[in-house]
Amino acid sequence: MIELEDVAYSYGGGELLSEISLKLQPGSFHFLTGPSGAGKTTLLKLCYGALVPTAGTLRLFDEDLRTLDRDGIALARRRIGVVHQDCQFLDHLPVADNIALPLTVSGRDTLDEVANLRELVGWVGLKDRADALPPELSGGERQRAALARAVIMSPDVILADEPTGNVDWDMSQRLMRLLIELNRMGKTVMIATHDLALIRAAKSHVQTRVLRISNRRLQLAGADL
Amino acid sequence: MTEERGNVINWVAGDAQADRVVPPTGFTASLTLFSAATMAFLAVFALALSLATSRLADRWGEELARSSTLRISAPEGQMTEQTAAALRVLESTPGIASARVLEKEEQRALLEPWFGPDLPVDSLPIPRLIEVIEEGEGYDASGLRLRLSEEVPGAVLDDHTRWRRPLVEAADRLRLLGWLSLALIGGTMGAMITLAANAALAANSQVISVLRLVGARDSYIARAFERRFTLRALIGASGGMVLGCGAVLALPEADPAGGFLTGLGFQGWHWLWPLLVPPVAAVVAFLATRAAATRTLEAMT
Repeated sequence: MIELEDVAYSYGGGELLSEISLKLQPGSFHFLTGPSGAGKTTLLKLCYGALVPTAGTLRLFDEDLRTLDRDGIALARRRIGVVHQDCQFLDHLPVADNIALPLTVSGRDTLDEVANLRELVGWVGLKDRADALPPELSGGERQRAALARAVIMSPDVILADEPTGNVDWDMSQRLMRLLIELNRMGKTVMIATHDLALIRAAKSHVQTRVLRISNRRLQLAGADL
Repeated sequence: MTEERGNVINWVAGDAQADRVVPPTGFTASLTLFSAATMAFLAVFALALSLATSRLADRWGEELARSSTLRISAPEGQMTEQTAAALRVLESTPGIASARVLEKEEQRALLEPWFGPDLPVDSLPIPRLIEVIEEGEGYDASGLRLRLSEEVPGAVLDDHTRWRRPLVEAADRLRLLGWLSLALIGGTMGAMITLAANAALAANSQVISVLRLVGARDSYIARAFERRFTLRALIGASGGMVLGCGAVLALPEADPAGGFLTGLGFQGWHWLWPLLVPPVAAVVAFLATRAAATRTLEAMT
């Protein structure tokens, strides 16, 4: 699905990531951890084509990123749901329209899809907040809305960057349950987080692979996780 | 072809949901509307200038090309004989509809601006003038001059070419200036809309980033801006066109005594020309926005 082979990424003269090799298999569940500034967000951005590696090979759904034009990257992104730490909404549109945005931009905002949207809004517990504007939402509500937007196209892969960063423990557990549920539906999930307690809690519910970025390189986390 | 027509119809009809993804921006909307209206207003005047000078060039060319003057300078005793001989030559020349000797009163009227009304035309050795009116393709001036030099030695043919050419050239240059003004107006409008579109794109970089995140193609993002700016330019230019036509209507009616300045306006079906201004403004806005969006989206990659 998403494959990185000896990938490096440099910015401003400094190398942020080097010799990164990773293969996200269908239905797998990965945690990506490491200290702040280690390059977790950068690696996630590489995985959905927002950044281009400065060395190595990156394949999105068997297509070499270097051979994809911007349209090709856009089409690949429709198969990847992304949950950002800061959620990134269009603040002038109601929550329901923000969640439906992937459908809108891909021309799939049909009646059937709208019915799915209602169901999805209910699934993330935002039925009563569908008409609210994003700035009116709490941190947890924003994260759930972002998750709903990430999965509305039924993507093959879900990439989440600190999805529980701005919420309390109960809400983070609720979000994790939603992500685990999606993984059980066959979705590939990779979550970047520095919250080790969250990883430990999740490991009791789902088979995960925990990766750590350390000194610009990716490695399997130790047995403590 | 059918698919292209369908795309155009879809573009014009728009997608209400897609239109909403870009938030309305205050000052770029006002700037586009105002610049389109102003440029359309000026374009109507430039059009009026071009068409008026075009008419003027045609009229001057036509009027001067259809008539010539034959001047006969001869000793007093030979004037009548040479005039008669000249008339015979002219009447037998193909391409000449008529030739007539100007009356003394007409000659006095011609000289009146310089010598006053009491000029004693009879007692002065003034050349005799014959007005020649052409028909069809006109006459062969060099052939006629050759015949006149043999049969009427005192005759000088003036076919007005010498002073007609600079007049027609001046009118043609004015017409060219009008069209150049139209091109400059279009270019300026394009530049202003490019500025407004660039400002809107920069102000919405976060929106563009979100749209890309959820898989929007660049063409979709560009279209949201193109449609908005094109419609604004169309609305603004329509308003400017109406105001411009009103202003042209308020100009004085064409009056022969007023000369060129009073003839500045549209006549007959030429009133349809200003209707082209709003769609042309919309096309300019569309192209300017597309270029700006393409550049910005490429730079944001």
